[in-house]
Amino acid sequence: MKITADSPPVLSALDRPNSYIGRSVPRPNLARLTQGRGQYVSDIALPRMAHVAFVRSPHAHARIAGIATEAAKKAPGVIAVVTGAELAKVMTPWVGVLTHLKGLKSAPQSPIAVERACWQGEAVCAVVARTRAQAEDACELVEVSYEELPAVTDPETALDAATPVIHASLGDNLCFERKLDAGDVDKAFAESDAVVEAIFRTGRHTGVTNEPRSIVADWNAGEQRLTVYEGTQAPHMMQDLFAKHLGLAAHQVRVMTKDVGGSFGVKVHTYADEMATAALSKLLKRPVKFVADRLESFVTDIHARDHRVKAKIGVKQDGTITAFEIDDLTGIGPYSVYPRTSGIEANQVMNLVGSPYTCPNYRAQTHVVFQNKNVMCQYRGVGHPIAVAVTEGLVELAAAKIGMDPLELRRRNLMADDSYPTQSASGLKLEKLSHHEALAHLDSMMSYAGLRAEQASLRKQGIYRGIGFASFIEVTNPSAAFYGVGGARISSQDGATVKLDAEGMISIHSGVTEQGQGTEAVLAQCVASSFGVPLDRVRVVIGDTDNTPYGGGTWASRAAGIGGEAAWQAGKALRQNVLAVAASILQAKPEDLDINIGVVVDKASGNERLPLDELARIAYFRPDTLPPGFQAELMATRHYVPRGWPFAFTNGIQASYLEVDVNTGFVKLLKHWCVEDCGTIINPQLVNEQIRGGVVQGIGAALYEE
Amino acid sequence: MSEHIIDIALIVNGEQVSERVEARKTLVDFLRDDLVLTGSHVGCEHGVCGACTVRVNGEVVRGCLMLAVQCDGATVETIEGMSDSGEVADLQAAFEQRNALQCGFCTPGMLATAQELLKRGVVPSRDEIREHISGNYCRCTGYHAIVDAVESVAKARAGQ
Repeated sequence: MKITADSPPVLSALDRPNSYIGRSVPRPNLARLTQGRGQYVSDIALPRMAHVAFVRSPHAHARIAGIATEAAKKAPGVIAVVTGAELAKVMTPWVGVLTHLKGLKSAPQSPIAVERACWQGEAVCAVVARTRAQAEDACELVEVSYEELPAVTDPETALDAATPVIHASLGDNLCFERKLDAGDVDKAFAESDAVVEAIFRTGRHTGVTNEPRSIVADWNAGEQRLTVYEGTQAPHMMQDLFAKHLGLAAHQVRVMTKDVGGSFGVKVHTYADEMATAALSKLLKRPVKFVADRLESFVTDIHARDHRVKAKIGVKQDGTITAFEIDDLTGIGPYSVYPRTSGIEANQVMNLVGSPYTCPNYRAQTHVVFQNKNVMCQYRGVGHPIAVAVTEGLVELAAAKIGMDPLELRRRNLMADDSYPTQSASGLKLEKLSHHEALAHLDSMMSYAGLRAEQASLRKQGIYRGIGFASFIEVTNPSAAFYGVGGARISSQDGATVKLDAEGMISIHSGVTEQGQGTEAVLAQCVASSFGVPLDRVRVVIGDTDNTPYGGGTWASRAAGIGGEAAWQAGKALRQNVLAVAASILQAKPEDLDINIGVVVDKASGNERLPLDELARIAYFRPDTLPPGFQAELMATRHYVPRGWPFAFTNGIQASYLEVDVNTGFVKLLKHWCVEDCGTIINPQLVNEQIRGGVVQGIGAALYEE
Repeated sequence: MSEHIIDIALIVNGEQVSERVEARKTLVDFLRDDLVLTGSHVGCEHGVCGACTVRVNGEVVRGCLMLAVQCDGATVETIEGMSDSGEVADLQAAFEQRNALQCGFCTPGMLATAQELLKRGVVPSRDEIREHISGNYCRCTGYHAIVDAVESVAKARAGQ
C-alpha cells in the first residue's frame, strides 16, 4: 500500500516512457461539462417526441377497482392514456430472482400496476402528451377507484401469521433467508471473558442523484428498432432486458448513455416507469421521454439500508475477539428488484460482518421480508455501511467492556498483513490486504495519542468529544460469481477495441460507462500507456451498445479494474500489430522496434524511425507498397474477466473525531481520516476525489439522511 | 388557455429573443425547452439544489423559482453565454484541473454562483466560499475540490 500524492511518481520498471499510470491527468470529458455542453438524457429532444407522466398510487396497498380515463384523453395535448392492463399487451412482467441466492422468491412485477398497487408511488396509469406539463395536467383528470388493502409496513411482524400476505402466490412475506455458522460460536462465547450485545438500526435512504432518472425511448417501426437513451450504469444489461420484455431480439435494441448526472448504484436497476416508457414508445410508434421529478424520485428510486441487526460479540481480557453473531432483518419493497434482486444487500451484510478480523467463530442469519413500501436494492457500498457499523460498533463496545483502547483491540485482531491468501469466517477469499499497515498509517496521520489526551482534558471542561474507528474490506471487481452464476444476464467480462486512425490517432471503444468517476480518463491512460502515445491522441467512446464491445458497465468499482485491464490489453495488442506494420515498412524485426510518444523507434537506441501518421498513411492509402501477403491490422479487441478470485477485495480504515453537545444532542464532526488500500493507482487525483466524495456521502447517511 | 399565453422579449446571452410562453412556465424550462440552452439543469424544481442557477439582470437566481414571463425585458445569462464570453474561463479551467466536478450536473450552476462571489473582488475565506455555495447541491465531490478551485481562482484574480 502506498499513499500517493497528486503528482507524477518516479517511473517504475513497469512504466514505459509515455506511461500515464499513476499520474493525475485531467479527465478528457470535463470541458464540455463545465461549459454546459454535455448531453444528459434529460437534455435530449427528438422529432415527434412525446412526454409521459404517471398517475401514482397514493396508497401503500390498494386494489385498483377502476380507472376512468375519458376526461384525461380529451385534455389538451394528450396523445394517449394507458393503463397497466393495456401496457401488459406490449410488455411482459419480470421476476427479480437469482438462482444462487437459494430460495429467494418474488412476484411478477409489471411496468404499470395491474389490479393492485403495492406501494405508495407505484405507477397505476400513464399519460402521454405533447409536453410534460400537459401530461401532468391530464394526470389530474384520471380517476382511479381504489379499494384500500391492509398494508404490511413493519418488518418485525411481516412473517407473523396475523400479518396479511402481500402476494398470495408466494405463501408468505419472506423474500429470502440465509443462515451461516462457522467455527464453534457457542463454545467461543462460553469461553469469553465478556460478551456484549446490541441492536443496530439503519434507516432507509437513497442515492438522490442530482439528475433524476431519465429515459427517452424511440421505437422506429420502419426499422423495427428501439433506440433508448437512458441514464444507466449498465447499457448492455438494459439492452437485454428491454428486448426480452418487449419480445425483441437484443440486436433490435440500442441503448445509449452519454452524460449521467450521478448514479451511486441507483441507476443500475430496472425501474417499472422506465420499462413502461420503452413499452409506450413501442405502442405509440414515436419517441417518448420520461424524467422523474424530485418527488417521484423519492418514492421510486431504489431505497436501501433498512436493517435491524441484533448483534453480539465475545472477547477475552487480552483483547482477543472470540465470536461474532448477528441476526439481520431487512424490509424491502413489495417486489425484489430486477435483475440484481433485493437479497444482495442482506447477503453482503452476512458476508462482511467481522470480515477484517481473524476471529473464526461467526454465526449469522438474515431475513429479507416484503413490505408495502418503495422497493429496496443496491446503493453505493452495498451492505458495507451496515456490516461495518455493526462490526465496529461491537468492537468499540467490547473494548469499553474490557477497558482496552479500541485501536489496540483492533490491532490485536485484524488479519496479519502477511497472512494472505486467506479467507474470512464467512468464507470470503481474501488476498493482499493491509489492515495493519493501514491502521499504523491512520494512527500516525491523526496523532491518535495526542487526540486521546485532548479528549480527556476537554472532558474535564465539560466538552464531550468522541473518536471512532472503522476497519473494513470492500467488495470490488466482481467475477461471474456475483450475478452471472445466478442466471442474471449481467456481464462480468468487459471488452475494449482500440483503433489507429489514418492520422495516427487512437480511439478506444469500451463497454464500461462514465457517471463522473473518471472512467474516460482511466481508459485513455491505460491505452496511451500500453500502446505508447501521448494522452491527447486518445479518444474514448463509451455508452453505446451499437458501438462498444459487450460489457457489464460501471458498478462495484469494475470500470478501472476490469474495463481498464481490457483497455490495457487491447492497447498492447494494437501495439504488436502496429510494430508488425512498421517492421514490414522498415525491413526490421518487430521485436527491435518500440512505440514511444507516438513514434516508432529503435528499441535499443530510441532513435525515431517512423511517425504513426506516416505508418497509417501507408497502411491505409498505399498498402500496395507493403510486402505481398502482408495485411495490416490497425484495430485490436481484447476482453477481460477476473477468473482467479470471485472478487478483488480492498481494505482500509477510517476515523472520525466529533463533538457532542450533551444538552441538545447535536453532533459536530470535527475531523475525518481515511486510509484506503485500493491497489495500483491509475490516477491519484481521481482516487482521492472518489474516496472524498464517498466519505462525504457516508457522513450524510450517518448524520443527516433518513 | 389563451389568456395564459404571453409574449415576451428579452436578451439571452446577448441575443434578442421574442417568444410566446405559457404564464406558468419557469425560466429554466423556457431556457431548456424553448431556447434549447440545456446547460442549465433541473434537479429539484423547488429552489433547493441550485442546478438551474442563471443570471437575470446581473443577479444570480434560481431558474426554477422564476417564471419566464417575469423575464420580459430582462437580460438573462446562462452557462453557455458565460462560457462563450470567457468570463468564467479561469474558473472552468480550475474546476477541470482540480477535478472539482464528477458527474458535472451541478457545475454550471456552481460556476455561476462562484462567479457571483468572486466578482465582489475580495479573496473570500474557505468558510465564506462554503457559505456562498451552500445553496448549490453537489452529490459527487463532497465540495472540498470545489472550494479548492474557487479559492485558487480568487487568489489568482487578486494577483496572489
